[in-house]
Amino acid sequence: MKTSAKENNESLKEFFNKIGIKLVELTDWSCCGSSSAHCVDTDLALDLASRNLAIAPPDKPLLVSCPSCTLRLKQAHLHISEDENLQKRFKDKWGKSFNPDLKVIHYFELLEEMDFSKLAKEIKKPLTGLKFVPYYGCMLARPPEMRHAKNYHNLLENMLAALGATPLDWGSGSRCCGTFLSVAKPEAITPIINEIIQNGINTGADCLITACSMCQLNLEIRCDLKHQIPTLHFSEVLSLAMGTNKYKRWFPRHLVDPTPLLTRLGLIP
Amino acid sequence: MKACDPNFAREIMEKSKTSLTRCFSCMTCSSGCQFQHIMDVKPHAIIRMVQTGFREEALSASGPWLCVGCNTCSTNCPNAIDIPAVMDAIRQTAIVEKRKIPEPNVLNFHNAVLNSIKRYGRTHKIEIMMRYKLIQRDLFSDMDIGLRMLAKRKLDLRASKVKELPEIKKLFNKAG
Repeated sequence: MKTSAKENNESLKEFFNKIGIKLVELTDWSCCGSSSAHCVDTDLALDLASRNLAIAPPDKPLLVSCPSCTLRLKQAHLHISEDENLQKRFKDKWGKSFNPDLKVIHYFELLEEMDFSKLAKEIKKPLTGLKFVPYYGCMLARPPEMRHAKNYHNLLENMLAALGATPLDWGSGSRCCGTFLSVAKPEAITPIINEIIQNGINTGADCLITACSMCQLNLEIRCDLKHQIPTLHFSEVLSLAMGTNKYKRWFPRHLVDPTPLLTRLGLIP
Repeated sequence: MKACDPNFAREIMEKSKTSLTRCFSCMTCSSGCQFQHIMDVKPHAIIRMVQTGFREEALSASGPWLCVGCNTCSTNCPNAIDIPAVMDAIRQTAIVEKRKIPEPNVLNFHNAVLNSIKRYGRTHKIEIMMRYKLIQRDLFSDMDIGLRMLAKRKLDLRASKVKELPEIKKLFNKAG
């Protein structure tokens, strides 16, 4: 997010700033292991995730934005909590005891507690006219051991509808974007991405809205349809509603330019 | 038919920490899998191979390498089997046994990512792509996308690094 999806990182901070929540980047964070570590080495995957748990301030929630990082960090926290040997491994590696009370949360968990109707009264720019399909990708799927935890189906739709946008129903919102196969097997991913985008177009949507940076990138780079619609980061749309003027730094970074659409709808000048 | 390995199911269950003898082959996993059409052996059949001890077949199948771990299957599974964890266990076993990898490009990509994490503690996308392309001996495909991403400043030329790099390197050394 810090490099390939700067616009996602900055717009998320901007939104939380506008609603009075200050996010502080975890000092010296390291990669969670991504989709690669667990494929090749389970212990390494756990250690890479656990370093971030070890350096997180014990008394503050560790708020994560990337759905994949969230899963890796939450799963590592769960596994270590349940296994004394892993707690020992944690202490040996990081020189401190594992903190079972550390809260690892995805930012949806903060949003879910908000009163959207109250927020709707505070926004500067209602999202009127913005017809979108929500694209969650795999972010709401999880391993069986976590299936009883809270989940957040429909949050994108509910929140953005409260802010004036029009969510449309479709069947492709939870279809995986292909993650690393987009690099290792692009010829297999393009037809899948094309079908997702085409389904969005057929539904009558002006754009897709996603909360995952990697999905956003794959949807942009692997679509080769003649007619495409943009994919916006959820955080960009939230910030627009809050009346941000920083979008000028974000939208030029999209490979499918959303500015004609947003200008036509009067959401940006 | 080759001799079956009666201990294979136990081995994979220990490694994956999931109980795959719960599977009754309803095929829900495969029908929801976004990538089953490019797999030679689909997820439900992989599970069946492990249950029945078809070790060679399971360890040489492309299915596990094309699984991205999106958890759609394990969310849908009526028996709550962690199917991606089974795929992890199969891949890791194939690597440890130095088997021929059915989808070498996938492993090359994972190795390129892990090398970057070892070097910087974070992923340096442009270097991952360059190294991956070098290993693949395929420098020109996706050049257009790479250039567009560079133009949109979606690829930083300089790597973002962790300060305490020795901590990260140590994790890799211990892991071998």
